[in-house]
Amino acid sequence: MLSRRIIACLDVRNGKLAKSVRFVNTKDIGDPVAAARKYYENGIDELVFYDITASSDKRDIMIDVVSKVASQVFIPFSVGGGLRSVEDCTRVRLAGAEKVNVNTAAVANPRLIADVAASLGSQAVVLSMDVLRVGASPATPSGYEIVTHGGRTRTGMDALAWAKKGEQLGAGELVVNSIDADGTRTGYEITLTRMIAENVHIPVIASGGGGAPEHLYEVLTEGKADAALIASILHYGEYRLRDIKEYLHKRGVKVRMV
Amino acid sequence: MWWQKVIFICFSTQQLNDSTNSMIAIIDYGAGNLTSVKRALDYLKIPSVISPDPKAVRSAKQIIFPGVGHAAAAMKKLRERGLDGALRDAFAAGTPIMGICLGTQIILSRSEEGDTECLGIIAGTVPRFRLSDPALKVPHMGWDAITVKQKHPVLCDVRPGDEFYFVHSYYPLPSDPSAVIATCGYETEFPAIIGAMNFIGTQFHPEKSGSAGLRILKNFAAWKGAPC
Repeated sequence: MLSRRIIACLDVRNGKLAKSVRFVNTKDIGDPVAAARKYYENGIDELVFYDITASSDKRDIMIDVVSKVASQVFIPFSVGGGLRSVEDCTRVRLAGAEKVNVNTAAVANPRLIADVAASLGSQAVVLSMDVLRVGASPATPSGYEIVTHGGRTRTGMDALAWAKKGEQLGAGELVVNSIDADGTRTGYEITLTRMIAENVHIPVIASGGGGAPEHLYEVLTEGKADAALIASILHYGEYRLRDIKEYLHKRGVKVRMV
Repeated sequence: MWWQKVIFICFSTQQLNDSTNSMIAIIDYGAGNLTSVKRALDYLKIPSVISPDPKAVRSAKQIIFPGVGHAAAAMKKLRERGLDGALRDAFAAGTPIMGICLGTQIILSRSEEGDTECLGIIAGTVPRFRLSDPALKVPHMGWDAITVKQKHPVLCDVRPGDEFYFVHSYYPLPSDPSAVIATCGYETEFPAIIGAMNFIGTQFHPEKSGSAGLRILKNFAAWKGAPC
């Protein structure tokens, strides 16, 4: 039986961590490669790097980070942020990332999902969706809407319909990121995660709101998520990965113990 | 002097042969991300070369046969490059070969994926998961534990509870049950590692399976091809 995965998310701007990671020793502060290496050694199951570099001429820095991570971290990791074409995705993959994350570019051009899946295989395509709770309406019968640009841009698209369409187009996994829960650290959006997970046949990764081990427990059981994304709960050193996994293990969730 | 040139040429050829012979050849047939296997071996300081050349495959000390993708496309590429024959020859010559994922599947006789005739180095088929539990997703993707059924030098330090990273919708099913070295469970038990003579193949990705996976690659590099 598969283990539920715990995935650490690292935001990278111009080749440096956008938020500092507390446990990394002083000389390595801000180095995403050192942080990735540390999480890997501590038993993280997977990593996601979001490139939040604003200017496109600095994107090569990220490719360099990816290839450095790939040469010393031997677990799957994915890269997202600013990937707009099959070529962008192929570069990231050749640099050593197992998977690519598409989000805004896929909303603008859903064919991108199919094209990347045809070129790299569905297993390499993760569709990230930023979701806002809006209440049911004719346009959004699920009660949730897809937003882009960190929640600033409404798309009018129904979140559940988009998840199903993403699967149909060839996405291998979905990241369901709740804009409402994001940053609150009061728990994942269980209703949303469960609704998506029950209606697609690909793994669902819950994102946004994870602030304590019990939040992961909730979303991996009641929320039916296959994996949970965590960021600040780890970065600020409040919980050790080992403690989170032991907590889940004790409560009967199958996790990989290292 | 002319004779100096001759000696130099002889010497360089000799060196070249030596270097290929002492390395692991990672077979390049355009199927998936070979560089991740290469990176893992580099990290372990195990000399290896990615090669599409049947000659290099025939003369290699050891062979890693990776692969991600579709069985039919993979077989087509192997045949086009003459690598199917090179792999059979290397197996017959006793060269230790390690299959990974699709590489392990197409060592067998036939795959359900595209109803493809495969290499047939080991007798067996490659069925697709047929699961009755709708909550179980295909592909079987993520970390899972294996049960070792038979001792094998490549698995000497696999510990109970070690988990490995899988991504697959099909699995290898050798005709001879004694070729099943380890299993994994996903509703039913399926072979996670198969092996016969100088071949061993994993359905999971050791190069993406953390330290447990790296140990398997390291053990393979030290393996001379004799089963337990």
